[in-house]
Amino acid sequence: SAVLYLKTEFLFLKKRDDFEDILEERRNSSDLRYAFKCYTPVLYRGLTPCKAATLKSMVLQSEQLLHVINQVSAESGESTDVVKDEAAAILEEMAHRLQLRTIRFFAYTLSKAFKALYRSVCVNEEGIQRLQQAMQEHPVVLLPSHRSYMDFLMMSYILYTYDLSLPVIAAGMDFLGMKFVGEMLRMSGAFFIRRSFGGDQLYWAVFSEYVKTMLRKGYAPIEFFLEGTRSRTCKSLTPKLGLLNIVMEPFFKGEVFDVNLVPVSMSYERVLEESLYARELLGVPKPKESTSGLLKARKILSEDYGSMHVYFSPPVSVRSLAQGRINRSQFNLTPRHVAQKPSEETQAFVNDVAYRIVRLQQENMVVKPWVLVATLLLQSVEGMELTELMEQTSWLRDLARMFGAFLDWPDHTPCSMVVSSSISLHRNLACVSGSRISLVVEGPQGPETPEEALFNRAVSVLSCASYRNQVLHVFLRPALLAMALSNANSSRKEDIYSCFDFLRNVFSDEFILSPGASVQDFDEACHLLVKCGAVELLHQDVVMAESGRTVLSFLTLLLEPFLQGYQVSCSLKCYEVLSSDLQKNALNALIRLNVVRRVRT
Amino acid sequence: MASIGDGSERQRIAQQRLRVLAGHLRRLGAEERPGVAAQECRAGPRTRRENVPAAPQDIMKWNGWGYADSKFFFNKKGQGEFTGKRYRLSGLILPSLKDWFEGTFGANLQHKSPAVPSLNTSAVAPPSLNEAFVEELKSTGIPFSHDTEDRVFRAHGHCLHEIFSLRDGRVGRCPDMVVWPNCHNDVVKIVELACKHSVCLIPYGGGTSVSSALECPPEETRSIVSLDTSQMNRILWIDEKNLTAHVEAGIIGQDLERLLNESGYCTGHEPDSMEFSSLGGWVATRASGMKKNIYGNIEDLVVHIKMVTPRGVIEKSCQGPRMSTGPDIHHFILGSEGTLGVVTEVTLKIRPIPEYQKYGSVVFPNFQQGVACLREVAKQRCAPASIRLMDNEQFQFGHALKPQVSSIFTSFLDGLKKFYITKFKGFDPHHLCVATLLFEGDREKVLQHEKLVYDIAAKFGGLAAGEDNGQRGYMLTFVIAYLRDLGMEYYVIGESFETSVPWDRWVLDLCRNVKERIVRECKEKGVQFPPLSTCRVTQTYDAGACVYFYFAFNYRGLSDPVHVYEQVEHAAREEILANGGSLSHHHGVGKLRKEWMQETISSVGLGMLKSVKDYLDPNNIFGNRNLL
Repeated sequence: SAVLYLKTEFLFLKKRDDFEDILEERRNSSDLRYAFKCYTPVLYRGLTPCKAATLKSMVLQSEQLLHVINQVSAESGESTDVVKDEAAAILEEMAHRLQLRTIRFFAYTLSKAFKALYRSVCVNEEGIQRLQQAMQEHPVVLLPSHRSYMDFLMMSYILYTYDLSLPVIAAGMDFLGMKFVGEMLRMSGAFFIRRSFGGDQLYWAVFSEYVKTMLRKGYAPIEFFLEGTRSRTCKSLTPKLGLLNIVMEPFFKGEVFDVNLVPVSMSYERVLEESLYARELLGVPKPKESTSGLLKARKILSEDYGSMHVYFSPPVSVRSLAQGRINRSQFNLTPRHVAQKPSEETQAFVNDVAYRIVRLQQENMVVKPWVLVATLLLQSVEGMELTELMEQTSWLRDLARMFGAFLDWPDHTPCSMVVSSSISLHRNLACVSGSRISLVVEGPQGPETPEEALFNRAVSVLSCASYRNQVLHVFLRPALLAMALSNANSSRKEDIYSCFDFLRNVFSDEFILSPGASVQDFDEACHLLVKCGAVELLHQDVVMAESGRTVLSFLTLLLEPFLQGYQVSCSLKCYEVLSSDLQKNALNALIRLNVVRRVRT
Repeated sequence: MASIGDGSERQRIAQQRLRVLAGHLRRLGAEERPGVAAQECRAGPRTRRENVPAAPQDIMKWNGWGYADSKFFFNKKGQGEFTGKRYRLSGLILPSLKDWFEGTFGANLQHKSPAVPSLNTSAVAPPSLNEAFVEELKSTGIPFSHDTEDRVFRAHGHCLHEIFSLRDGRVGRCPDMVVWPNCHNDVVKIVELACKHSVCLIPYGGGTSVSSALECPPEETRSIVSLDTSQMNRILWIDEKNLTAHVEAGIIGQDLERLLNESGYCTGHEPDSMEFSSLGGWVATRASGMKKNIYGNIEDLVVHIKMVTPRGVIEKSCQGPRMSTGPDIHHFILGSEGTLGVVTEVTLKIRPIPEYQKYGSVVFPNFQQGVACLREVAKQRCAPASIRLMDNEQFQFGHALKPQVSSIFTSFLDGLKKFYITKFKGFDPHHLCVATLLFEGDREKVLQHEKLVYDIAAKFGGLAAGEDNGQRGYMLTFVIAYLRDLGMEYYVIGESFETSVPWDRWVLDLCRNVKERIVRECKEKGVQFPPLSTCRVTQTYDAGACVYFYFAFNYRGLSDPVHVYEQVEHAAREEILANGGSLSHHHGVGKLRKEWMQETISSVGLGMLKSVKDYLDPNNIFGNRNLL
């Protein structure tokens, strides 16, 4: 992982591209004309043009799939024809039917919707140019972050706007439950996969061959979400490796020269699903995707969701990542159509790449002023003086910048203006009464039971936390160090490191902490805390600096809810403990650390 | 004298065969031919110097490929020309060469990078002789020399870096002397003396190595003696009952073929280097011939080998066609690259000269289709004597070597053909590629065979494109090495390298990846113009094919072009291995590729080879340090 690790210096000196608002032109010219514009994307130079239907028959006739069909038929005793039909049915259910008509329809309706929802949709155009270049050279895999249903609609919309090849998108089968809409998504490039198909060899073969065929032929950029599902907490989820494995395999086996991975960071000032997520985390079941639900959700169109930023990171070449890590000749001794279980070396590599991509996504996530405000509010849940908030926000802004956050802070505007305008956008979460500001707790008109009160309180804390979570990646490593400093037995570097390493290990389901990068993370944390004057590195020791108290206590408090959550025995002092996501992560961590054992009942 | 068979009929066949051979290979007149010679040493008169004589530098270039009188150059009008009389292309004007050359490499005829005109002998370190060895050698009467030119000529093969240094007037470690044994017994004596006096021996055949195999290890402190086999060039006997010939290993390919032809036979072994390479060299490198589909590669052709090693002479006791007597000891010798001893005599299979020979060619819309066709041909096991597929870049390159057309009518016909293929059939001139074919055998069978192959080709969209295109394709093989010398006059350096690879992973895969890797590496290393990076399929097998890459670039602006070249070739080889290709199909390992031997044959495999070396040659008398 040393190779994949982003060099500390590089991370902080990095210059990011400027943004352009793509809605501006939409507000000034006809949406209809835009929907019917001449669309001529630059294509992959190795493209073998084919139709969606031809693609299906290519998959069904591929040696890879036929091999598995024969195996399955031999094992189950069914005739190959039956198994073939089964495979065809799976593919039928899965395959997209990308067509320009539907895209144009979406281009029109989404223009209307986006203009109603967002003040602006900002895209880094240099990233688009790099992407265009990359798309001509090698097959491209788009890897956006996943916070909202909006993500993939927005991705296709942007690519259409910039005349780039439209992606095919791996989507969950749940959408197919929506009458009409599911099929519309299919026609705009979505292909549908079951949420789990662990043991189903045939399903896996059809699925992976379908994706690989599209990649090998350069049919279209392939888009999927490394995080697997929408992050309900707005904190990056630990990456899922299945699809990433599939898209890298054609490179490992020499079927393509290279594959470009393009991390895309999509940051929302306000997430559409904001309050739904908080309820979901508290155990209220996710509303089933349905067309009528979608229609009911129309009312959100009248709300203001602020601005949105989409940042296309520079393409990452799988070939250069694999240089020196993967010995491709290991695939020489088996025919290519026979699926091989990836070696440990390969698995570790794919895992490292996945973490690297998620970190790149995080790095280019735009942090809004409100995120800082929410972070501070959560540290004083009972509310605080407005003036104090202003002061602290400005302090936190400087700290975040020093730590390399990608802050969207308006120039030449007094801090107080910035803070109050973000409070007003999020008035459903925070309210100002007199000189104090506090969290809004929605309650019923009449009297509420203690359970209801607790629930409502938790909803508002969790909603707020979903904003704080957007800046966690900036402070995470220094915060772990701060926590280690206060918990270690001595100030000796080894002790602090071992405490840091322990905490890092505990939280590796919770946060994006690349396995095996403990030393680098420690160095990075030290570097940052020294830089902001919070700690001093002496010969063998790491000690808190005189002026470091504020920073360190802020950082420790930042992780407090997680620490408490993991102290399973704790009484409910902290509302975030109620979050099912945190409980799940904590449980996973405990299982991993052999503290508890899973018993099947 | 061994039997040559009865007079006139054989003579007639031989002459016919000669005419056929002249089709793709023209050579000097017949005045220097040696006859089939007597078996004992030094019995009877013999021609001391063959086409490649003991002082080959008299008729061959000392710092480039092939005959001194044959070379490409641009005349005052800027037209390409090929000098001499030896080849079909000799004396012809090549009007499109300049445009292709300048266009492909970004080269300019104004920018020349000439070689030093002659070898500065004072730049060569004086020989370090082992006096005792020299004294005893004198008493045997075996000719030897420590003349500087003789030594320098045997100090290199034809790798780019070797030729580039020579053109620059730089010479590295050279053999300290050259000996010319006349027969097997001479070799036995030389090896004995070398062991006795601790002298390092490096066998030298035709000098066409492209694996740094002939380079003297700079760390060698003993006196190095180049053992030049060129005088062991007789056919000792021909056995018509068993269709075998017993031949001294120093014979050069074209001489062997010509001499056998006179008796109505051939070996059919025609490596691209056959004008200069020797039988012993073929055995020592596991050579492959163009017509292996009919005759087999060298390992299929040898029936018996005699080799002199420091441990003694190794040979089998009989000439049975196949034996189950443990691992085949021939396979320790085949590919041993001069590390174990000197091959002195070989019994080879021979065949009657085929009655009829016919070239052909097929145009395919793209490389994939072409490859699919070759695969089908291999599958049906109906490959002609030779079948090769050039990619688009090489097809264009072939066109650049088209001689000036003699009449308006021919040029009109050419135009019409081009129109038919590109407009009527819709082939894209930037994607189409050409397969060249060579059929051999009974006239009737050849025609049947031809039809079969063309029918298969048609299934893959192939269009028959005439005999002439096919013949020109094979002619290219012999002149392409000369072309590198032309490039080097104008800041262009290049080389070819080869691999073998299973069918399933190389079309658009190995070929594309390697070509792309070359382009990318060149860019990264600061090469200012896109390189020529092209490939062709030269042999087909049941389970795979042999692929040949040509790679060349314009090195203006680079301070150390050879180093850049070597880095790119290294990267290309890594790419080949990563894509399931082999380390070498027939060039061998030498010193150039030995770093990959362990991963290629496993460390146990390498240990096996080492233990053979340790047994046969514990003091590393055969110290060229190839392979291991």
